[in-house]
Amino acid sequence: MKLTATEIEVAEILEKDARLTNDELSKMMNLSVDQIHQIVKKLENEKVIVRYVSLVDWTKIDGHQDVTAMIDVKVTPKRDVGFDDVAERIYRHREVKSVYLMSGTYDLSVQVEGQSVNEVAHFVTQKLSTIDGVISTTTHFVLKKFKHDGTVYDSDDRDKRIVVSP
Amino acid sequence: MMAIKTSYLAKNVRTLKPSGIRKFFDATTGMTDVISLGVGEPDFVTPWNVREAAILSLEDGYTSYTANAGMIELREAIAKYVDDYYCVSYNPEHEITVTVGASEAIDIALRAILDPGDEVLVVEPCFVSYAPLVTLAGGVPVIVETEKENDFKVQPEQFEAAVTDRTKAIMICSPNNPTGSMLSKIEMERIADVAKKHDLLILSDEIYAELVYDDLYTSFAALEGMKERTILVSGFSKDLAMTGWRLGFVCAPQEISQGMLKIHQYAIMCASTMAQHAGLEGLRNGRADMADMRKSYRQRRNYMVQSLNEIGLPCHKPEGAFYTFPSIEATGMNSETFATRLLQEERVVVVPGNAFGDSGEGHVRCSYATSMSQLQEAMKRMCRFVEKL
Repeated sequence: MKLTATEIEVAEILEKDARLTNDELSKMMNLSVDQIHQIVKKLENEKVIVRYVSLVDWTKIDGHQDVTAMIDVKVTPKRDVGFDDVAERIYRHREVKSVYLMSGTYDLSVQVEGQSVNEVAHFVTQKLSTIDGVISTTTHFVLKKFKHDGTVYDSDDRDKRIVVSP
Repeated sequence: MMAIKTSYLAKNVRTLKPSGIRKFFDATTGMTDVISLGVGEPDFVTPWNVREAAILSLEDGYTSYTANAGMIELREAIAKYVDDYYCVSYNPEHEITVTVGASEAIDIALRAILDPGDEVLVVEPCFVSYAPLVTLAGGVPVIVETEKENDFKVQPEQFEAAVTDRTKAIMICSPNNPTGSMLSKIEMERIADVAKKHDLLILSDEIYAELVYDDLYTSFAALEGMKERTILVSGFSKDLAMTGWRLGFVCAPQEISQGMLKIHQYAIMCASTMAQHAGLEGLRNGRADMADMRKSYRQRRNYMVQSLNEIGLPCHKPEGAFYTFPSIEATGMNSETFATRLLQEERVVVVPGNAFGDSGEGHVRCSYATSMSQLQEAMKRMCRFVEKL
């Protein structure tokens, strides 16, 4: 699919802040509200914009200390479908938040979230490692998230400039 | 008893007007929940690789003086940059000086070229230092006022009308602080013709050259036959978000350049060494960050220009820098009253246009070097302020 530079820029802006209104977007892009509406609809219909998300820091909330694990998975690819079939069998699980095919020493990088280490361990031993085609798994638990999708969780973003300058 | 002089200050300094911006800075102290559109610098922090280069230079012990004109590697990088992006070639050995910000560059340029009584045509509204620096260098600033009807672009006929036997130079900043206006290549060529006809220098403050949003930028020095009579002032403050580092540079024909260097070596010695290391990294690997910042400024400019026009504070669309310069005449207030009341009633800081010269009266400078969320809130408050009047 080919997008115009304007359409790409709208997607970039919304990726940073999905809460901007069409009115605000139209001003930023110097287009009419109607034109912006068309562009956003197109991006949504074509699944260029897949979903609007909020980045929530759950560690700030008592009782919400979820456990995240990044799991390196080695897989035997299947004739005709390669890794797609195994990837699909993995990502269908509710606990799985992301699945990427990787270059290097393992094949799939799987991110899993659970409420406890036990829950994640159960998922890995009972569900993930038993999937046909999965050869091995290496599980890494996340201890602390500093930066996610380009955003630093607790950044010092105070404006350090003097209030008026020439 | 020893006689005490009424003042030890030189007459020049005694009569020098303090910058009108100071007042507003003082007025905001102690206030909370203030949104400032009054800042003449980027809201971005210097890119990390640039900061890291300075840290590494300190770790490696680069803490001594550099050559007066600046590290030769930096001057070579500046020469390459000016050649690549503005198509003017300068010899890094004799034609480039690294300065303590563009401000110093302007100062040494004026001191290098002016004899007592020489006149400089200063295009206003402009940065607050131009006319005072001309005066301090012994010259006479002759103000050429631009008008909003021309989107604050100076007309060559205005120079023709102001030129005398004593005129030595034209001082111009495009894209302009505070109006954001940028001269097109054709408009610049017409000004260049005036300079050639009357044998004038052009002191061109090109600090905002990288922050242009619609057209390609042209340097005065790149115009045909103009390199010989242009002093090109620029720096790292605005495009690489390095205001606090105080790092600039000035390119000029060898004779002028060597004259400026004499003043620079006695007054300054050399620009800060760690800043020079940072600047070198910025020139080598800073373009991706620059492009991101430029894109963000363009979006905010569009947003602010449309919002201000909707609010009823008409403003032209500035082609560069990060300022809008809306007219506040419809409110019936002068620019200082408007700015003072806006601060007191809605806690938004803007700078009165008359701080940049009498021709700025009737306008205020609003900087869009602030986050979108702050801009949105500022526009809401300004709208409320205007509706209440």
